Amino acid sequence: MSDTDVRRRQFLKTSVGAAAVAIAPGMLLFDMAHGKTEAVSSKVRWGMLIDTANCADGCNDCVQACNKENGLSGGLSPTDSQWIRKVELNDMRSGRTLALPMMCQHCAEPPCVDVCPTAASFKRADGIVLVDKHLCIGCRYCMMACPYKARSFVHEPLHDQKPDVPRGKGTVESCTMCVHRVDKGQQPACAEACPNKSILFGNLNDPDSEISRKIRTVASTQIRADLGLNTGIRYQGI
Amino acid sequence: MPVNSFSRNEQYYFYGLVGIGSLLLALGLFAVHAMEEHGHIITGMNNQIVWGIPHVFAIFMIVSASGVLNVASIGSVFGKPMYKARAPLASLLSIALLAGGLTVLMLDLGRPDRIIVAATNFNFTSVFAWNVVLYSGMFAAVAIYIWTMMEQRMNPWSKPVGLFVFAWRFILTTGTGLIFAFLTARQAYGSALLAPMFIVISFTWGLAVFHVVQSAIYAWNGKTHTPEIVRRMKNLLGIFILGSLYLVATYHLTNLYFAHQSGFERFILKEGGIYPQLLWWGYGLFGNLIPLLLIFYPGMGKSRCALLASLLVILGGFALLYVFIIGGQAYPLNIFPGYEVSSSFGDGQIGLYSPSLPEFMLGMGGLAVAFLVILVGIRALNFVPHDKPHVAGASD
Amino acid sequence: MKVLLLSFLLAITPVWAADVFAPKLDIGKGGQCVEEPQWMRKNHMKVLMHQRDETVHQGIRDSKYSLKNCIECHASTKDNSVIGRADSFCEGCHRFEAVKIDCFECHSSKRRPALVQGESK
Repeated sequence: MSDTDVRRRQFLKTSVGAAAVAIAPGMLLFDMAHGKTEAVSSKVRWGMLIDTANCADGCNDCVQACNKENGLSGGLSPTDSQWIRKVELNDMRSGRTLALPMMCQHCAEPPCVDVCPTAASFKRADGIVLVDKHLCIGCRYCMMACPYKARSFVHEPLHDQKPDVPRGKGTVESCTMCVHRVDKGQQPACAEACPNKSILFGNLNDPDSEISRKIRTVASTQIRADLGLNTGIRYQGI
Repeated sequence: MPVNSFSRNEQYYFYGLVGIGSLLLALGLFAVHAMEEHGHIITGMNNQIVWGIPHVFAIFMIVSASGVLNVASIGSVFGKPMYKARAPLASLLSIALLAGGLTVLMLDLGRPDRIIVAATNFNFTSVFAWNVVLYSGMFAAVAIYIWTMMEQRMNPWSKPVGLFVFAWRFILTTGTGLIFAFLTARQAYGSALLAPMFIVISFTWGLAVFHVVQSAIYAWNGKTHTPEIVRRMKNLLGIFILGSLYLVATYHLTNLYFAHQSGFERFILKEGGIYPQLLWWGYGLFGNLIPLLLIFYPGMGKSRCALLASLLVILGGFALLYVFIIGGQAYPLNIFPGYEVSSSFGDGQIGLYSPSLPEFMLGMGGLAVAFLVILVGIRALNFVPHDKPHVAGASD
Repeated sequence: MKVLLLSFLLAITPVWAADVFAPKLDIGKGGQCVEEPQWMRKNHMKVLMHQRDETVHQGIRDSKYSLKNCIECHASTKDNSVIGRADSFCEGCHRFEAVKIDCFECHSSKRRPALVQGESK
């Protein structure tokens, strides 16, 4: 090692040390002033209860709110991402019709997480199912495995993404339950946007939360309950 | 050997073939580059049909890669000398096809640049991740197998290693079948039958590919097949065809029997447009019936018939995979049983898919990889089957 | 002695040569960084990587090392971006070092407009 290198290291050490002493108190304040520093815990399980009786036919507010919040184009071609969609149902025996919003069901036992080769699909401790796009290699096996067709593949290069919602070509994505909002103590965009308040968001693990109380009193169903995935999104009136 | 114009110019023909292979490979890489640049939008794949033509090529090659080793296994595990002479060639084909298939699979990823993540972040519950281990293990095992066969001092080991490879490829094809068998939510897949089905299918395709390559090598070297060898190999092929036909039929019959699956079967067998066409004509007629006639019909079954049968089996294989992979996705997921559904995201509708040129180029690029490995492998090392004169017909 | 001096000069040359050719960066708003600049030059990727895993998987959004906050301060005051020009804060240096940045295929490279900023804080 040349002596220049030694001197340079020495200089770096002292300057970093001095800087640390100078900045430390400021850092403490900085820490306190900013976002959440605690890891999410499994004491919480985020979920939604969707009342299909109040879901107006032709209303698309939740979809639009989602697109706006997450920076989706809103395009409807088969290669465009749709994180939430309105599904019109028609009971083939009785002829009863209804509509409901469909998105990632945030399963407790998500098939997408089971099949993902790189563990890019994962479930957060608080029950939100996400794709870690840093790990996603774009194999699309999760899309094959999802019983709800909740996932989209980004088919084109993207620009001007939302700072809070990174998305990119060649990776798979789906509803994040607006995790960036939830972490700030806000509701998902769709729940907030619903004019009839038919999307109730809350903590399924807290017996006193509004959603838990309602689930105790009204009949609710999980879609494809036969698969035993224990979804976090529940529906009323199917 | 008579000196004709072919043997005089043989090396130019060889380099010509290398050139063709390289050109196809270059076209494939160009397609990959375009897909990198523009994204998968330039393919026919979309959010409903997430796996397309590249996967048909890749899975055909991977399944055949396992099946072609059957020839080697019959030789080393069951001790048939006729097949033993063909074990090195079978092993080379296996490595080549595996390399081709994996190349396609890897380059079709949304982020092929991140392929290393598949090794560093390993999800033990994923069949895909198991397959990563199975495929790479297969490379190593077959390479060692070739070594034990070609290096005289290692010969005593070729039997145990052959046994190991035999077991490994069984698990490997099971793994490939399980990729689909584990998809419980999809009508087309999620059947335990798929694992054995893939295994028997792999025997058929593998033997067909082997036969085509062997015929080409013989023709190149001006050799002719001994009638005895042709007879045995084509009979074996016939039995494998019947076996896979049986399993494919059983798979569809069980589906037909379950009321909740009958909609899917109606689609794939009757009303689904291109898919029933490909299944009945492509797979049924050209992939099974005609080859069976070519093999078993009295007066047929000569060398040329066996070659044609093998080619048709390969064609039928592609047809079957197209129907299985793409047709299986085209049929809509049954998210709300008992309801008629519609949405902006294709719920309740048949998924549309029209394969694009780059996809075919990528698939052909994979075939080119396999082709080049075989071509160079045979040129560089002694893979050509050498039958000892007394062997054919000596033991059965 | 002369030889020694010469070799010392030779040894030191690359150091200030690098300074001469080093990219002149548009540091944006700049100001007090979360760590010593020299340290950040060496370690920003480790810090970002660590923060990324914690944020994505555990929801820890302590913004001290967040990429968003880096951009907040260091996006150019001209085009609000950390990439796209030879003197952009991220790209300038990465071009010089010939290291590919993978961040901005997915992440926004732009400072949030003031309006949105007020709304979501």
